[in-house]
Amino acid sequence: MEIPYTVSERPDTGLNNVKLGIWLFLASEVMLFGGLFSSYVLLRLGAVDWPLGSDILNVPIGAFNTVVLISSSITMVMCYAALKMNDFPKYKLYMGLTIGLALTFLAVKTYEYVEKFSHGDLPSQSTYLAIYFTLTGLHGIHILGGVVVNGYFLGPGTAMWKTQPERFINRIEAAGLYWHFVDLVWIFLFPVLYLL
Amino acid sequence: MELPVAVPIPEGCGTLAPWFFSPGIYGFKEAQPYERNHELAHVTTPAAAHGEHAAEHGQNEGFLQTYVFSLDHKVIGIQYAVTGLLFLFFGFCLMMVMRWQLAYPGSPIPVIGGLMGEANAPGGIMLPEFYNQLGAMHGTIMVFLGVVPLAVGGFGNFVLPLQIGAPDMAFPKLNMLSYWSFFLGGVVMLASFFVPGGAANSGWTSYAPLSVIATTGQTVWLVGMIFLITSSLLGSVNFIVTTIQLRAPGLTFMRLPFFVWAQLVTAFLLLLAFPPLEAAGVLQLMDRVAGTSFFLPSGLVVGDVPLEVSGGGSPLLWQHLFWFLAHPEVYVLILPALGIVADIIANNTRKPIWGYRVLVASLIFLGFMSFVVWAHHMFLTGMGTTMSSFFQTTTMIISIPSIVILSGLFLSLHGGSIRFTTPMLFALAFLPMFGIGGLTGLPLGLTAPDIHLHDTYYVIGHFHYVVAPGTLLALMGGIYYWFPKATGRKMNDLLGRIHFWGSFISINVVFMPMFIQGLSGMNRRMYDGGATYVMNQDVLVWNEVIAMGAWALGFFQLFFIFNFFRSINHGEKVGANPWQATTLEWQAPSPPPHGNFSTPPQVHRGPYEYSVRGAQKDFLMQGEADEPQAESAKV
Amino acid sequence: MSDSAEETKKHIKTYWTIGAALMVLTLVTVAISYVEFAVPLTITVALIIAATKGSLVMTYFMHLIGERKGIHATLLLTAFFFLVLMFLPLLSHTDRIGEYMTLPNANTATADVQHEVDGH
Repeated sequence: MEIPYTVSERPDTGLNNVKLGIWLFLASEVMLFGGLFSSYVLLRLGAVDWPLGSDILNVPIGAFNTVVLISSSITMVMCYAALKMNDFPKYKLYMGLTIGLALTFLAVKTYEYVEKFSHGDLPSQSTYLAIYFTLTGLHGIHILGGVVVNGYFLGPGTAMWKTQPERFINRIEAAGLYWHFVDLVWIFLFPVLYLL
Repeated sequence: MELPVAVPIPEGCGTLAPWFFSPGIYGFKEAQPYERNHELAHVTTPAAAHGEHAAEHGQNEGFLQTYVFSLDHKVIGIQYAVTGLLFLFFGFCLMMVMRWQLAYPGSPIPVIGGLMGEANAPGGIMLPEFYNQLGAMHGTIMVFLGVVPLAVGGFGNFVLPLQIGAPDMAFPKLNMLSYWSFFLGGVVMLASFFVPGGAANSGWTSYAPLSVIATTGQTVWLVGMIFLITSSLLGSVNFIVTTIQLRAPGLTFMRLPFFVWAQLVTAFLLLLAFPPLEAAGVLQLMDRVAGTSFFLPSGLVVGDVPLEVSGGGSPLLWQHLFWFLAHPEVYVLILPALGIVADIIANNTRKPIWGYRVLVASLIFLGFMSFVVWAHHMFLTGMGTTMSSFFQTTTMIISIPSIVILSGLFLSLHGGSIRFTTPMLFALAFLPMFGIGGLTGLPLGLTAPDIHLHDTYYVIGHFHYVVAPGTLLALMGGIYYWFPKATGRKMNDLLGRIHFWGSFISINVVFMPMFIQGLSGMNRRMYDGGATYVMNQDVLVWNEVIAMGAWALGFFQLFFIFNFFRSINHGEKVGANPWQATTLEWQAPSPPPHGNFSTPPQVHRGPYEYSVRGAQKDFLMQGEADEPQAESAKV
Repeated sequence: MSDSAEETKKHIKTYWTIGAALMVLTLVTVAISYVEFAVPLTITVALIIAATKGSLVMTYFMHLIGERKGIHATLLLTAFFFLVLMFLPLLSHTDRIGEYMTLPNANTATADVQHEVDGH
């Protein structure tokens, strides 16, 4: 007996397994970053003094990275739309752009980190830097994970488009949901760390 | 000169290793032609599907694919269960060694004392540092490597898809990864005994700042926890999607067996409560490895030397993040047990459980409330009266659904035609034991008495009553109950009864005296059993009693271990439904083949239709077609 | 989500519009940060803008607008627990016994110890 509803929707819930699964996973991720944000709140409010984000971090670079990541969210949703329109070349273009933008984000982040380390601004120096590196580091690992998954869907994973297109679209939708979530976290991280 | 730390080798554990491959029974069963199951031949005929599957999978899959990296939920469930049982046994051995030290402080451990290694127990006499390791690891192993993998990973994986009429879990590959992530986490945890300084020794709660400045074993503990948390998260996604999406036709939510509801709520608890602990684990790792000060306050002085860290951190932050998980975690420990007990009671009273809808609503309410009570573990951290009162209130409120569920299970016995099968003995014993555990929680949840009882043996008595005489007895009952489904053979009843009575009596001998000790103020986590305190002198005698009980309890588990492994190949053979039960898993053959059911069962009624008026038998299976004459009698 | 090709075309238009809105809001976020508000007001404004952007991403890019009730329910539950995790530890810290541990002088006592150790 095959496992049902991997692609097709179950009538009474209106969901397929992958969509429900990825949303549940994202719910757990909300709690994960929630734990870190909660730590930020407690540490900041318990601190004798707390630096202004813009004094420590480079706001224009952060803003640039925000634009980059939002753009990658747009290109990611376009991937999905292209597949729904049966336009495979356009899907590949947008997926390539998404990965490219993600790598740009990571490159900029790496530059920021190296800049900090070379000035001796390590996580051990202050709780502000500690939470900054931890939050952005964990976020960066999530971006990297997304790049790997998206890369698979641009590379070997594309074989499924020929054999099971519906299932492939389903997977891209799930990957898209994950990617938007990563963008969502950054939308909160940027003002909290850089501007407040 | 630093000597490597030797692992304390508990008696008999080594001989159990080869039995790890017991999931291999599925490999053997595959090849045999299907013969039993005459009474349900009209419902499903797995033989044809069996043949197909054997051709597709059995003969062509290699050893690794069939036994080690299997994608079949039944194999994975057994892997979880056997591994969990092994860890339970190991954690129990740790405790038996601790109890020697508590009963006879400073005297050499007999027989195995030499095996502990000179760094841990020179001359066989346990060092305080080693005692702390045993304590922290006993807690960690029992909770995260023992009970949860057995109750959720083992029972959940094996039984849940069968009970909902599904062919497997929604994501079989994820399931397999979850198990191996758990296994890796377990290996890492065990390996921590070998690092310089030994295993984690700051309690299973790993409070900062002690845990941040502790020996290397704590870092290994944190890494192990990350594997375990990942395993739980992946598993919980699987359970929820499976339960919502893969129910057989006709199986509405209100027709689900109570066991499935319990596993569903448990999965939600794991999904949403574990991540903050993962975040906290990362923060503590950063503190230990990268020199950050998330949990280190300014001005901390260790051994007359001020710590060279940035400071500004908060030890209380660790406590909040830890208990945010750890409180829902204790409900993760109890809910599957409640589910198992409900199924067993319905089956052995030959009537439905009392108030199914009320009990389901209580389960859901309990799960929800479990997220807002956590700071009752932190009443003594200096919180003001407003917040302590808030948490006291929520804690009192959460006792209501627990009482409702327990009362419902007690009421289910009323008017029942009780069969004292071995599983039923365990399920019956569970009820008063959980009652004691729950009731003793009340003075702890109230802020005023908690001032006296916090961190005493009363707490240890309370939580062990819920988990050990509570959950563990229920899990044992569950093993006796579902063993026939997994293997096609029953476990021996005489051995089962000896195991039951011996365990039941000795487990009470172990934990009841702890309330006496706690009420007189004896602190927990003292390596000399409290001997240095004047106030403890009158209750010290109980240490010896408890130790005797613990060793007796260990002795009676031997009956279970022998019974378990022997019955795999020599137990009394049974058919698909040896207990005359109603839920869907009893419709599949024993053991079920890959895919469980050749076609999805059609569900016609609720989960506990026992003793229905006008029916021919005293039970109606969920998936059985309606009997013509039963229609008019059913109201 | 089984849309036809035409529906998808309409969605594409929406995606570009929302994308543009997100860019604008990002500019607003940065621009407003240069205005010197009091700290609580700054935090509130920043969080409101971030929440707006986040809602746009969730509603349109993640297509929550057309999603099933079950997903909405799960997310609401998660949001509730997220808020619990944010606020309850905070409230436990602001409500303390006595002056000793009140914020923002949480480190006063330990600073005294530091002084003792330093010898001044």
